[in-house]
Amino acid sequence: MKDSLKPLIVLIGLLLLWQGIITLFDVPPYIVPEPGAVFDRMIDDAGLLLEHTLVTFSEMLLGLFLGVLFGILMALVLVYFARVRPWLLPLLLITQAIPVFALAPVLMLWFGYGMASKVVMTVLIIFFPVATCCYDGLRHTHQGWLDLAHTMGGNSWSMLRIIRWPAALPALASGLRVAVVVAPIGAVVGEWVGSSAGLGYLMLQANARLWVDLMFAALTVLAVCSVSLYYLTDSLLRWLIPWQENTVH
Amino acid sequence: MFDITLHSAGLAYGDNQIFENLNLTLEGGHWTCLLGGSGVGKTTLLRMVAGLTDALNISTSGEVICSDDQPLQGRIAWMSQQDSLLPWASVLENVTVGEQLRSRSLFRKKKLSDDVLERALSVLDRVGLTDKASTLPQNLSGGQRQRVALARTLMENRPVVLMDEPFAAVDAITRLDLQDLSCELLSGRTVLLITHDPLEALRLGHRVYHLRGNPAQLTAPIAPPGQTPRSLEDTELMSLQGQLLDRLRHEGADVGASL
Repeated sequence: MKDSLKPLIVLIGLLLLWQGIITLFDVPPYIVPEPGAVFDRMIDDAGLLLEHTLVTFSEMLLGLFLGVLFGILMALVLVYFARVRPWLLPLLLITQAIPVFALAPVLMLWFGYGMASKVVMTVLIIFFPVATCCYDGLRHTHQGWLDLAHTMGGNSWSMLRIIRWPAALPALASGLRVAVVVAPIGAVVGEWVGSSAGLGYLMLQANARLWVDLMFAALTVLAVCSVSLYYLTDSLLRWLIPWQENTVH
Repeated sequence: MFDITLHSAGLAYGDNQIFENLNLTLEGGHWTCLLGGSGVGKTTLLRMVAGLTDALNISTSGEVICSDDQPLQGRIAWMSQQDSLLPWASVLENVTVGEQLRSRSLFRKKKLSDDVLERALSVLDRVGLTDKASTLPQNLSGGQRQRVALARTLMENRPVVLMDEPFAAVDAITRLDLQDLSCELLSGRTVLLITHDPLEALRLGHRVYHLRGNPAQLTAPIAPPGQTPRSLEDTELMSLQGQLLDRLRHEGADVGASL
């Protein structure tokens, strides 16, 4: 069977399970709506959903871009500035020790109810996996390549560009895969705490009015966006890093 | 061609003195082979000559002097046990990686000049891999990979070549072929070859040293007769190989007994 068909089959299986549970346990629609009702709502409110999806998606993408950028910069600083490393590492850990959910109200206070606070939240969440994976990749460059580069007269910049950076890409890719999966958390949690647009906002509003089908519709769109983003990133990374060994077949 | 002298070389891992006061002269334009068991400090000795000991957590002493009073830095090419090919770069890119590393370009890949490209293709031709120029290393056999590493060494065109068991990871037949090819292509250069294999040392070396003991010392050099690469049918060579193997085995037994 083609691998590309398998996610579709999983999806259909989940939908059947969803419908099966409702039928079997006679779950009322204000607790869990039927898949068909959610689908109808998605069609009816397509414009509304699209509008809010665009907001959340922009927050995610902007957060991803900045988080990855800062993560990589942090990794480079950690590798090349040995003196600041012992100062920066605890700082990096502190940013992760405080749950971002606890920080959300503070971020609202500082960055307002608009997009900025959600982007900052997303950056805070994905910065850590990107920074640690990239740092790990950069510091575990095969010694043989570095020896060779030394004897060939390479300088630190050319060695970073030609050897350390490409060698770190498989590790950075792992960080990126985690980042795209957790990015929606930052955006949606931010919207829950305070916002006027986005899928998180829409879910809160729908919940308050007991429009459970709309809530599920928003949730489905969010899941589809996240999964698509993951598969897109994964394919892109595989294409960019064709030399990475894959021993799991 | 200048000689290279390693003077009063010492190496210690913490309190463990691996060797001290070691003197070794590499005759210009000749192959010097260094035999020895594992952990005797062969590779570190080679790294000392290459000036690569800064990165290791060890203490070294001694100096490297060239007979023409010029520094050795910038005049060596390095070939290690692993071929150290960059897996993301094609064969051609691997062969010309030195050019890229020395380029002052900030971000963009340096476009190779026609001269460099021509030279790269010519060295690939000499190792018989012209048709693999755009192949990634993962699609090459072990022997082909080492030939690319040899082409990269030739591309650097340095008078001194330091080799750390470069043929250890390939099968016996490929190893003999690679020995012949290296001998032909690196003739006229000063080569220091580290190896476990007495036959390899005897086939290729103008001088063969054995590093043994604790702290390790160099034995008096053997100068096998005849032109390199020496034939396997040479009875004297085979007899010398037997003696060296015997010596290496007893060395292993001594180490085993002292443990």
